[in-house]
Amino acid sequence: MSQIHVTTSINGDQTEFLCEPDETLLDVLRDRLGLTGSKEGCGTGDCGACSVTVDGRVVCSCLMLGAEAEGHDIGTIEGMAEGDKLHPLQEKFLQEAALQCGICTPGILVAAKALLEHNPAPTEEETRYWLAGNLCRCTGYDKIIRAVMDTAEDMRRAS
Amino acid sequence: MALDDRSKTRDFKVIGTRPVRPDGIDKVTGRAKFGADATAPGMLTGRVLRSPHPHARIRRIDASKAEALPGVKAVVTRADFGEVPEDVFDILDNCMAGEKALYDGHAVAAVAASSPAVAKRAAKLIEVEYEPLPHVTDVDEAMKPEAPALHEGRTEETVPEGMSPNVISRVQFGHGDIEAGLAQADRVVERTYRTAATHQGYIEPHACLASMGPDGQADLWCCTQGHYLVRNTCAAILGMEQGQLRVTASEIGGGFGGKTTVFLEPVALALSRKAGRPVKMVMSRSEVLRASGPTASSSVDVRIGMTKDGRITAGFAELRYQGGAYPGSPVDMGSMSAFAPYDLENVRTVGWDIVTNRPKQAAYRAPGAPMAAFAVESAIDELAKGFGLDPLEVRLKNGADEGTKASYGPTYPAIGLMATLEAAKSHPHWSAPLGKGQGRGVACGFWFNFGGDTCVSLNITPDGTVTVSEGNPDIGGSRASMTMMAAEELGIPYDQVRTIIADTGSLGQNEVTDGSRVTFAVGLATIEAARNAKREMCRRAAMVWGIDEEAVVWEDGAARPSGPNAGEHPPMTLAEIAAIASNTGGPIAGHYEVNAEGAGVSFATHMVDVEVDRDTGATKILRYTVFQDAGKAVHPSYVEGQFQGGAVQGIGWALNEEYIYGDDGVLQNPGFLDYRVPVASDLPMIDTVILEIPNPGHPYGVRGVGETSIVPPLAAIANAVSEAAGVRMTDLPMSPPRILAAIENG
Amino acid sequence: MRYEAPTTVDAAVEFLASQSGDCHMLAGGTDLLVKLRSEMIEPDAILDIKRIEGMKDITAENGGWRIGAAVSGAEMNEHEALCAAWPGVVEAVGLIGSTQIQGRATLAGNLCNGSPAADSVPAMLAADAIVRIAGPGGVRDVPVGEIPEGPGKTSLKANEFIASIFLPERPARSSDAYLRFIPRTEMDIAVVGCGVSLQLDESGKVARARVALGAVGPKVTLVPEAATAIEGSTLDDAAQAALTAACTSAASPIDDKRGTIAFRKHVAGVLGRRAAKIAFERAGGAA
Repeated sequence: MSQIHVTTSINGDQTEFLCEPDETLLDVLRDRLGLTGSKEGCGTGDCGACSVTVDGRVVCSCLMLGAEAEGHDIGTIEGMAEGDKLHPLQEKFLQEAALQCGICTPGILVAAKALLEHNPAPTEEETRYWLAGNLCRCTGYDKIIRAVMDTAEDMRRAS
Repeated sequence: MALDDRSKTRDFKVIGTRPVRPDGIDKVTGRAKFGADATAPGMLTGRVLRSPHPHARIRRIDASKAEALPGVKAVVTRADFGEVPEDVFDILDNCMAGEKALYDGHAVAAVAASSPAVAKRAAKLIEVEYEPLPHVTDVDEAMKPEAPALHEGRTEETVPEGMSPNVISRVQFGHGDIEAGLAQADRVVERTYRTAATHQGYIEPHACLASMGPDGQADLWCCTQGHYLVRNTCAAILGMEQGQLRVTASEIGGGFGGKTTVFLEPVALALSRKAGRPVKMVMSRSEVLRASGPTASSSVDVRIGMTKDGRITAGFAELRYQGGAYPGSPVDMGSMSAFAPYDLENVRTVGWDIVTNRPKQAAYRAPGAPMAAFAVESAIDELAKGFGLDPLEVRLKNGADEGTKASYGPTYPAIGLMATLEAAKSHPHWSAPLGKGQGRGVACGFWFNFGGDTCVSLNITPDGTVTVSEGNPDIGGSRASMTMMAAEELGIPYDQVRTIIADTGSLGQNEVTDGSRVTFAVGLATIEAARNAKREMCRRAAMVWGIDEEAVVWEDGAARPSGPNAGEHPPMTLAEIAAIASNTGGPIAGHYEVNAEGAGVSFATHMVDVEVDRDTGATKILRYTVFQDAGKAVHPSYVEGQFQGGAVQGIGWALNEEYIYGDDGVLQNPGFLDYRVPVASDLPMIDTVILEIPNPGHPYGVRGVGETSIVPPLAAIANAVSEAAGVRMTDLPMSPPRILAAIENG
Repeated sequence: MRYEAPTTVDAAVEFLASQSGDCHMLAGGTDLLVKLRSEMIEPDAILDIKRIEGMKDITAENGGWRIGAAVSGAEMNEHEALCAAWPGVVEAVGLIGSTQIQGRATLAGNLCNGSPAADSVPAMLAADAIVRIAGPGGVRDVPVGEIPEGPGKTSLKANEFIASIFLPERPARSSDAYLRFIPRTEMDIAVVGCGVSLQLDESGKVARARVALGAVGPKVTLVPEAATAIEGSTLDDAAQAALTAACTSAASPIDDKRGTIAFRKHVAGVLGRRAAKIAFERAGGAA
């Protein structure tokens, strides 16, 4: 098996890596680039813990080959805060205790950020359906949904 | 440890507030290190080969082809483990099969290799010769004398002769005379209820990184609810001294009881020992479902008698739980908890522990209790509705209170059941109108709550900050709670304290994070450790002031002279005492070690509205309210989170989650696609009402809150669905095909 | 294993022709990567078609819409004109998996995967979609119903791939709808799926209908009896009852972990009726 050379942008940084042809983007991020914030909960696209953005669109990095990243902009949880300034969603999740164990949190934050970029004023139903692919087993989703909607409201007020 | 006299009226400064948790930033930025996030120099990848058969004799294992593959550094089978003490035999046998594979997914060999790809290829090269045997996966089938037997000679004396060897033990609880009680009833409900096995469904698969050197010293990093238990179990299995194995708990991505035992850890250590290199092992989701521990499935017969004014005259339940391939289903706790919310003259439960060809069960949030409550609370609901009585009033009429002799033996001190029922009755949810096709259900639930071995070290740093070292993995915000209790007790700001989870080399023994024990027991130890530190700080201040220790008190974060002979001295703050500690006798720390007792029992009442689509059998949860006694809510947000999370796991159990085995004994749904945990769009907000009836056994009145919340939902939802569908539902999950069939069969 | 991402159809066809082993097409990858991971397949090569010109385009053509084989579900749902023309097909695609899956999953992939429970296929079959296949002899167009041959099987040859799918011009007074039944509200495979496309005459009666069922047989199938049951009606109660009975009768499902035979047959009728009502209302029909 010969490895593939890939040039991509990850969280705004130009990044090059070698990967096996059948290696997923998730494995590349975690095992080759040390970006372990994206988690593997299932490996089959059913839990969303590995959510990243590709050119701004949220996808499961376990269902994408590393080789496919060539030329695209990848966004991961590690790129969500700007320096020491947390994203408003990150702040709100802390304030409102919207996490318990925290394993699903990176994927949910990445997906929620994509939601607010796509729809700054989501209803509760829209928020719940947008995040239906992000399993959380601890919280029953209540505080997560509230935190996302409260952040949306704060961001609308601020803009 | 008794409730502080002043805790009932005390004006807490930190307890009851909602600060940001100390591990919060790491968890929202991706920095937190979970089980699979660790690496080590020279690390190998471990992989397990699993049985495709539900029951088979292992005739021969030939690993020579795998061992010859370049990059393979070690292969282990059961032969690589020696004789082990009896109390860990089943655990080892579950981690690595011996003579027989006992379920689909049972580990039979493992390999360590230079890369995941090589490990994968190598596992396929291991040749296992199986002799398939007949299997049984259903609990009632397994009890039949003609059922295939998993083990011989494991039956305990409590089991009458002539039963299947799969029946391992029988337990019995209760008092009074059932038949006499039933004779006084105006109506008796007699039904059988069944629940499917469900999985805890933590999103983080089991993972560990083991490193053992030729000197026999070893380090293990893993996601677990109890690294002390991991240490003790692995040391026993590998024939090591406990002190030679240091276990560090990673951040843990959910456990719910499922991470209170070991699966990969002894195997990774054995591979590392053989390969002489660190070995990392991570389960796939399919391995988690096939081979870690789900909870028991159950079959429960209930007989309850009631008078037409709603008095329960007798309650009887016979519970049959299968706990997978080894003894140890939680039928004992199911039998003890079944009637725990009620004050009954005549009550009896009989429980049977059964083995089947399924993975060895592990604890799942209030193990054993939800299935028992499902049966009892369904029958009570049916009786109440049959007499046209208000189901909350019936529960108030029969509910347990302080002084009640519990069905499982003890007499209750102050408890919160009645408070939850009263709160439910006066809540707007109870009187809200329902639409067509909708139903409302209520149910009560109970959990014991545990205490156990606990060790806390509280250290005063030279600059006057405080570090708390505790030995229980933080599964949902407990570091915040410990920090709060330390800050409260010391009278200093929350931000001045940092709590860490110490490795097994740094503290004495700690019981696992189970039984909703941590906020109670570790909290208690933290408070007492802080008190010990305060006493020492008062002593240092007394020394500086040249007065008696007894003349110094600690108030608002400072030592102060007190009493007639103390004299006039300005208060010395914690920071001031810390700064001169070196000159007053050395470093200051408070420790506390205890086998904590007095964990107050916990009760909840749940209320749920559902709508059933009579054309498809689909159920929608419309509204949900949890009423639960927390004793004292340390961090109310995380208390609410426990209530909400438990309720939603219960919703999954009630409606869609189940282990589905085919006739071939193979698990058909080992993935999140068909093992259907609730998703965000399935649910409404989960409203919560926190009651605070102080636990007499904790200085601040704290009770565990984590588990009780999963006990009532199964019955509450079944009661609501039964009302909406117009037919009594007795089997879980109430999946759409099952509800539709029940409606069609009337 | 090799990974190739050619930029032209010709290069892709040439690569396919050069492969003697097992070569799989990659568009959204939401089925392929699951099969790779579970070791259901161990391909010799993967051909990524996303860099081929036109594969990511939605193009107006002869009053209809041509959808490139690598267009994702999210891109279809964001295309207002396509949503207005074929709401049933677009909603069917939109039901496949989560937001994350929608970012990658494609109409063509859903069809190629050969699942009898594929959500978009009943909708496409009801819509009379035409599939454009690229192969060594150039391109050929076939009706969508000729692609599925059974669970996991399609009529595509090893050296062919789907280049685009064409949804024809929508006549006046017509619309479509797709419904599926799943145990949860999201993230499940259809237990039953039903696509209905219909056209009304000037009096508001159903002039022509196509009803297709998924997950109730070895492949997605058209149910002509269900169409006949509502043609000439205003979807009155009798017509609905006949449609329900026709769908239930046409369903020949299996018992499995997702549903029983009795359940699936019953729900096929329920969904047929409900989807027809939605399509009828969308077409401007009044009950």
